[in-house]
Amino acid sequence: MTTGGVAKSRSEALLESVRNSGWDTRIAVVIAAVVVVLLLVQAVQEPAQFASQLVIGITNGAIIALIALGYTLVYGIIELINFAHGDNFMIGSFVGITVLSGTFLGLDFFAPITGSGGVLINIFGVLFALVVAMAACGLIGVGIERVAYKPLRNSPRLAVLITAIGMSFILQNIGLIWKGPAQVPFPELISSANILPSEAVIFRWKDLFVIAVTVPLLVGLSYFISSTRQGKAMRAVAQDKEAASMMGINVNRTISITFLLGGILAGASGVMYGLFNGISVFNVGFTQGLFAFTAAVLGGIGNLSGAVVGGFLIGIIGSMADQYIGVRWTSIVIFAVLILVLVFRPRGLLGDRSAVQGGGE
Amino acid sequence: MRKARRVTTLVLAGLLAALLMVGCGGASGGGDSGGGESIKIVSDLPLQGANRAQTTTMVNAIELAIEERDGEVAGLQIDYESLDDATAQAGQWDPAKCAENAQAAAQDEAVVGWIGPFNSGCAATQIPTLNEAGLAMVSPANTYIGLTKPGGEPDEPDKYYPTGERNYARVIVADDKQGQAGAALMQEEGVESVYILDDKETYGKGLADQFQEAAEEQDIEVLGREGIDGSASNYRSLMNKVAQAEPDAVYFGGIIENNAAQLIKDKVGAGMPNDEVLFVGPDGIFVDEILSQAGDAAEGIYVTFGGLPESELSAEGQEFVETYESTYDDEIQPYTAYAYEAANVMLDAIERAAEEAGGVPERQAVIDEVFATEDFEGVLGTWSFDEEGDTSLTELSVQTVDGGEFTLDRIVDVADL
Repeated sequence: MTTGGVAKSRSEALLESVRNSGWDTRIAVVIAAVVVVLLLVQAVQEPAQFASQLVIGITNGAIIALIALGYTLVYGIIELINFAHGDNFMIGSFVGITVLSGTFLGLDFFAPITGSGGVLINIFGVLFALVVAMAACGLIGVGIERVAYKPLRNSPRLAVLITAIGMSFILQNIGLIWKGPAQVPFPELISSANILPSEAVIFRWKDLFVIAVTVPLLVGLSYFISSTRQGKAMRAVAQDKEAASMMGINVNRTISITFLLGGILAGASGVMYGLFNGISVFNVGFTQGLFAFTAAVLGGIGNLSGAVVGGFLIGIIGSMADQYIGVRWTSIVIFAVLILVLVFRPRGLLGDRSAVQGGGE
Repeated sequence: MRKARRVTTLVLAGLLAALLMVGCGGASGGGDSGGGESIKIVSDLPLQGANRAQTTTMVNAIELAIEERDGEVAGLQIDYESLDDATAQAGQWDPAKCAENAQAAAQDEAVVGWIGPFNSGCAATQIPTLNEAGLAMVSPANTYIGLTKPGGEPDEPDKYYPTGERNYARVIVADDKQGQAGAALMQEEGVESVYILDDKETYGKGLADQFQEAAEEQDIEVLGREGIDGSASNYRSLMNKVAQAEPDAVYFGGIIENNAAQLIKDKVGAGMPNDEVLFVGPDGIFVDEILSQAGDAAEGIYVTFGGLPESELSAEGQEFVETYESTYDDEIQPYTAYAYEAANVMLDAIERAAEEAGGVPERQAVIDEVFATEDFEGVLGTWSFDEEGDTSLTELSVQTVDGGEFTLDRIVDVADL
């Protein structure tokens, strides 16, 4: 699909691209248009209902997007699906609970932060839990790479995939031993009160919190990748490992840093998930990881903006399906969308890693 | 080398100790039955997961029932084995493990009685196997209606009994009555419309169906019905949708392991506090764990239970509570007395069968005696099994959460409906 000559106006270009497009693309566009129109009709009929569901979808999607970034970052660099990432996320939420409880390995460091101690202590608790979990999960990410992936870097890709699944089970069982098989409650540190004055649309402090954590992390990450030396090195390694090392880039260190970044995101989203939903459980990494992985594939695996778009899309599709189709159909709808997208755009919505990281298709 | 030797010594010492213990047991049991014959019963409960605190007390109760008979019936020594149908990975009962346990017991000829399982879905996988093996089952906790009576799926309950003969009975009041109790509670609270949710499992969906039927009979309008995903991160969009329907109550058919606490939290969070929109759940969420998981949101929820709490039990029941509390440290749970009752019914049946046979009874004889149980005076009151293996008791209790703990709200007798 080229856009034609320089002199052509935009409408002509559009017409030409329609003429050049295959039937499958046209069908896809029609399906998407019908769905959007149906949703818009709902939005006009019951704006408050639609807006509330949209907010819920966006906040759920933000958490999925943060986890998806971890999958996509690693895939972009070494083309490995890091199955342990979802479980690293779970460990992050458990680290968060432990920090807030103030007790570790039987030692009482400080009184538990339960949410009754005043706003300042709550804010401090949230930040402290976030920082500790980010640090812990970042280190776990680097450690996993050292132990399970680096020794196998030159072996067939399937071998690394198996160790990734193995690491996922190991982390899951650590979580199981650590906190037991039942759901673990988080303290209510962030108010569930509605910020907006009207009752119709619900936008809570918790929703604001999710946005307030996600957006800076996304901005920071994209700045890091696009504008720092290390980010440039990451992009170079992603394109061609050998050429990058010939240019004097330390490939091992660059890969480690990628895992560090992925782990940091997992830690942040783990704590955020716990504070937002109020409950975490040892196998949460599997279910959330599955959705996040789906989001990464949906957006185009290896593509950072793709992961974010995919995450938000899955969140919004989920809440819209809950509202307009029925809860028991939600996962079916989400995966049907994934299949449709992959049929029409095998590289995901925004294309796979080559598109953003500079390589040609 | 040295380490290996130490291990060998330890193993040998362990074996010796085991031999000694078996020897002693055999000697004391063989005193009057001439030859030390024994029978074996097994229990099958999920000993891992959110229900662990409950199921360990049930194992204790069964052991207590055996101890009170000095470990023997009709001169036969009782061997008891507690099987676990949960896996750590699942964090709750696991269908594969359930089937595996049933297979093992079916093939072990010494086993003449089966107490359990805890979850109805697990029972659905075990009954056919044990039915073909002709083994008597008494469950302390399965309430799903389709296991014994029509009312669930169209081919139930016959599909569970390939031989055409019954082998399964339960001491707890089944879900047709529990559903009615939920509807009766709502009637008394002046509820006019309800939104029904279930966890899509055998037990939860079946119970929600029973409740729906009972609610419609009582002219309570059903505004909607949804099945939730037990592993979803939250249910905010669902609860938002429910709130728009403006029901007077929300009914949930399901178990605590399927994220019931999150569901309650999100219900309250969506602007439906428990004092304005009632939350009614079944015995599947009647576990203290839910109080810590749901926190403040659990305050004011109602839970129906297919039986009575220990404070409302018969005189025998009070005696049991006292004995239990003086014997074991852990606190008595809702199903503890039911496990004790199931064990006693089973042991009585084995005793009668053994006396008739004058030795180790046939499995079939035990089944016949279980179903012949009539006017049994146990901790739950005086009751009988009907032909399908259901209890004749009709009283259920409703619990509410008050000040962070479950307290008895009222007793509902569904025979009055």
